[in-house]
Amino acid sequence: MTDAEQFEAVVVGAGPGGAAAAAVLANNGIETLVLERGVEAGSKNVSGGLIYAEQSAAYTVDDLFPEFREGASERPVTRNHMDNIAGETVHTVDLKGVHEHDTEWCDSVLRRPMDAWLAERVHEMTAETGGGLLTDVRVNGLLWDDGEIVGVTCDELDPIRADLVVAADGVNSELARAAGLMDWDEPDEWFQGVKAVVDVEPDVIDERFGIDEDEGVARLFGGDLFDGVRGGGFLYTNRDSLSIGTVFHLDSLADERAEPHELLDNLLTHPHLGQWLPDEYEEREYSAKLVPDSKKVAHGSPHRDRLLLVGDAAGQMQAQGPIIKGMNHAVNAGGLAAEAYVEAKSRNAPHRAGERYETKLREEGVMDKLRPTRYELSRPLSESGVVTGALDGLARSAVGRFGVRAVGGLTERVFNSPFALGMLPDTHTSYVTVPTILAEELGEPVTSENDADPPTLEERIGELTYDTDVGNPHIELRDNSYEASGVAVTACPVSADGFGGGCYREETVKSNGSEERVVSLDTQPCVECGTCAVVADTTWTHPRGGKGVEYDQG
Amino acid sequence: MHTVVLTKGVPDFREGVVSFDEDGHLERGNTPTTMNPNDEHALRAALQTRVRHGGQVDVMSMGPPGYKDVLREAMESVYADDLYLVSDKQFAAADTWATAITLATAIQHRGEPDLVFAGFKTADGETGHTGPQTCWCLDVPIITHVVALDVDQEEERVRAKRLVEGDVSEIETVEAPMPAFIVADPEFEPSYRTARDRLERKRLRADARDRAETAEEHVTMWDHSELNLDPDYVGLDGSPTIVSSVDPIPKAPSEREATVVDPDDADGMSAVVDELAPFAGGD
Repeated sequence: MTDAEQFEAVVVGAGPGGAAAAAVLANNGIETLVLERGVEAGSKNVSGGLIYAEQSAAYTVDDLFPEFREGASERPVTRNHMDNIAGETVHTVDLKGVHEHDTEWCDSVLRRPMDAWLAERVHEMTAETGGGLLTDVRVNGLLWDDGEIVGVTCDELDPIRADLVVAADGVNSELARAAGLMDWDEPDEWFQGVKAVVDVEPDVIDERFGIDEDEGVARLFGGDLFDGVRGGGFLYTNRDSLSIGTVFHLDSLADERAEPHELLDNLLTHPHLGQWLPDEYEEREYSAKLVPDSKKVAHGSPHRDRLLLVGDAAGQMQAQGPIIKGMNHAVNAGGLAAEAYVEAKSRNAPHRAGERYETKLREEGVMDKLRPTRYELSRPLSESGVVTGALDGLARSAVGRFGVRAVGGLTERVFNSPFALGMLPDTHTSYVTVPTILAEELGEPVTSENDADPPTLEERIGELTYDTDVGNPHIELRDNSYEASGVAVTACPVSADGFGGGCYREETVKSNGSEERVVSLDTQPCVECGTCAVVADTTWTHPRGGKGVEYDQG
Repeated sequence: MHTVVLTKGVPDFREGVVSFDEDGHLERGNTPTTMNPNDEHALRAALQTRVRHGGQVDVMSMGPPGYKDVLREAMESVYADDLYLVSDKQFAAADTWATAITLATAIQHRGEPDLVFAGFKTADGETGHTGPQTCWCLDVPIITHVVALDVDQEEERVRAKRLVEGDVSEIETVEAPMPAFIVADPEFEPSYRTARDRLERKRLRADARDRAETAEEHVTMWDHSELNLDPDYVGLDGSPTIVSSVDPIPKAPSEREATVVDPDDADGMSAVVDELAPFAGGD
C-alpha cells in the first residue's frame, strides 16, 4: 500500500464539476491530478445543453475560466419560450421571468468542444502545481486502507493515493456507488434525455429565429405530442446547429412502454418545428443521457472519508419547472468542494473537508435549490394518486377550461415564478393536461409546415462512433426474463420493440412445447446513458478507457 | 540520461505503394521511403526510458538527404531532441559492416550516450546485423530481443527482459552496466503505469509538436570528412559482403491472373467447387 503513487488531490472526471474543482485546487497551489476516461474530455458527455451562470452562485464557469464564453460556448441565450401544444394549436408563454431570475448569463453549449476546451485550461493550471490532466484513464474503484477511502484504482494506472478524491464521474458514478453514497435504483428518481444535433447554417439560424449571430434562443415544448409521457421537449440554437431533444420522467417512459426515439421524432416532425428546421434535415448526432432528479436524490451529505461527490454524481441536477439546470450546480459544487479542502488543510485537518463541503452546500443555498423545502412539504399531497386524478379531472372539465380562459394571463406568471415552479408536482396534470388545455383554450393554429425526415433508429446508431466491447461487455443481464428486464427493450434509447439491431431485444425461446419470452442483450451501440441499470436487472460498469461510445457533439 | 536511437529509411512495401519493374526489381525511384517498421519498437523503448529517467533522445540515421523525412517522423513518434543524418555519396552501397563502422564513428563523434537503441532487423535487408556490429565497434555490452527494460541510474546499470525463442518462448532477465546497446524486439511493449509517467509523456509530446514543425533545423548532417572516416572503409569499397545471386520477387497477389466467375453462373461455380474440392480436406 505504501508503494502507491501519491498526489495531494485526485479529481475523477473532466466535466464542468471536475474542471471547476481542479481549477480552484490549482489556484490554491494544491498538487492535483485529473483523470478522464474519454479519449478526449467531453467525448463521453451529453447535455441538453444550456449552462447558466447564477448571480447567487459562489462559483460560475467564467469566474474560473475567464475566456469561457468566447472559447467554449455556442450562443448567449437571451430568449426562452414555452410552447404548449395540442394537436396543431400552440399557446406560447414567454419564460423571460424564470429564465432571467438569478441569471447572470445563459449560453447554449455542446459538451465535446466545451469540455475539451476546459480540459486544456485545466491541464495548464494543474501542471503548474505538479499535477495535470490525463485522458483515456478510467478510474474503476476506490483504494481502501483499513476500511477508509485513501485513493483510487484505475484500469490503466497503478493505484493512486490522495488526501482528497473528488468524484465528478457523472450520473453513473462508480465511485459514489463504491462508497455506498448512491443507491438511486428507482425509475422515478431519474429523467431520461434524448437529443438530436441538427446541422443548420449560422445565417439560416439567424434568419429563421430572427436573431443576430451573437444571440440565441431556447424553446421548450409540452402538451399532447408525447403520447402522455410526463416530460417535454427543448430546442436550443448553437452556432451552426440546433440541439433538439426530449426529457421524460423515466418511470413514466417505462410505464407507458414508450420509445424515446419515437417521442423525439414526434417533436422533430411536428408542423410547429417546421419554421425553424433547415430545408434539408441532416442530423449530426443522436445521443442520450440519464439525469438525476435532484428534488428526490440530491445528496445532502455527499462525502465519505476523503471522497467528495460533485455534479451528477451527487444528484445535483435541478429541474425548475421546464428549465433544467445542472452544469452550473456542478461548477458551483466543484468550486465549493475544492474550497472546503483548502480551508480544512489550512487548519491542519484535511480529513474534515467533507463536513465543510456539506456545510457550504447548505449555507450557500445550493441544497435548497436542489431540494426545495416547499416541494418536500407539498409533495405528499400534490403527487398522491387520488389528488392527481381529481386535479386532472378538474382541469379537463368545463369548469377547469373556463378557469384557464379566465386566468389566462396568470399562467404566464405561474410559469415565471421560481417559487411556484419549485413546488411543481411531478404529475400528469402539470406535464400533460395543463399544457394541452392551455393550447386548446388559448392557442393559435400552427401555420408552418414540416417535411423533416429524421433518420431511422438504425441509421442513428450507424452514425455513432462505438469501440466495441465484444468479449468483455460492460453490461451483464442478470435476469433475462421479460418480466424483470423487458422494459429495457423500449426504454433504452438505442433499442426498440421489434428492432433487432439495438442493445436490447425481445426473443421468444421455444423448448419442449413451451414458450418463454426473454430479453437478449447486445451492447454494440450502447450510448452509456445507464437507463437499463435502472429499469432492468443488470450489473453495469463504465466501459474501459477509450472503449464505448465517443460523442463528437455531446 | 542520454540515448541515441538508430533508424533507417526503407522502401514502403505496402501493396499499392511499392513499385517493381517488369523483371520484378524494386524501383527505388518510384517507391516512397518510410521508417523501418522494427525501428518503431526501438523508438518506443527509448521514449519509455526518457519518460522515466529524463535526459534526451537523439535519433540517427545513415542515408541520402531524403531521409530527413524519416528522422522527422521519428521526432514526432519519440519526441526526439536532435536528429543526426550521416550522409555522403562515399557511404553509398555500404553493407552492414561498413554501415556499422560509419554509425559507430558518428555515435562516438556525438559523444557516447548511456544507451543506444536499435530495432530488430530492417524490412529491406533483413540481416539483423547492423545493430550488433555497431555495438561491436562501440565495444559496449549488448542485450537483444528486449521486451521490457528499466534503468538504475544510481548503479548505472540497465536491466532488461529478453525473449528467448526455444521450443517455447521464454523470458529471461539480464543486467548490463551502462553504456550499453539495446535491440528492441517487436514484442516490446512500453509501460506507463503511473500518472507521473503519463504526464511527462504528455509534456514531451506538446514540446515535440512545436519542434517537429521545424524539424529540419534540428537535423545535423555529417559527411566522411567530418567524421574523419577513410573512404576505403566505408560505402561499397569498405563492404566485404559479396552477393552471389538475386531471386526476383514474386508478383503481388493483386497482379496475379484471376478468372472471374459470376456467382449466378451455375456451371462456372460448379467448376470452381470442383477445383477447390481437393483442398477441402476430409474425403
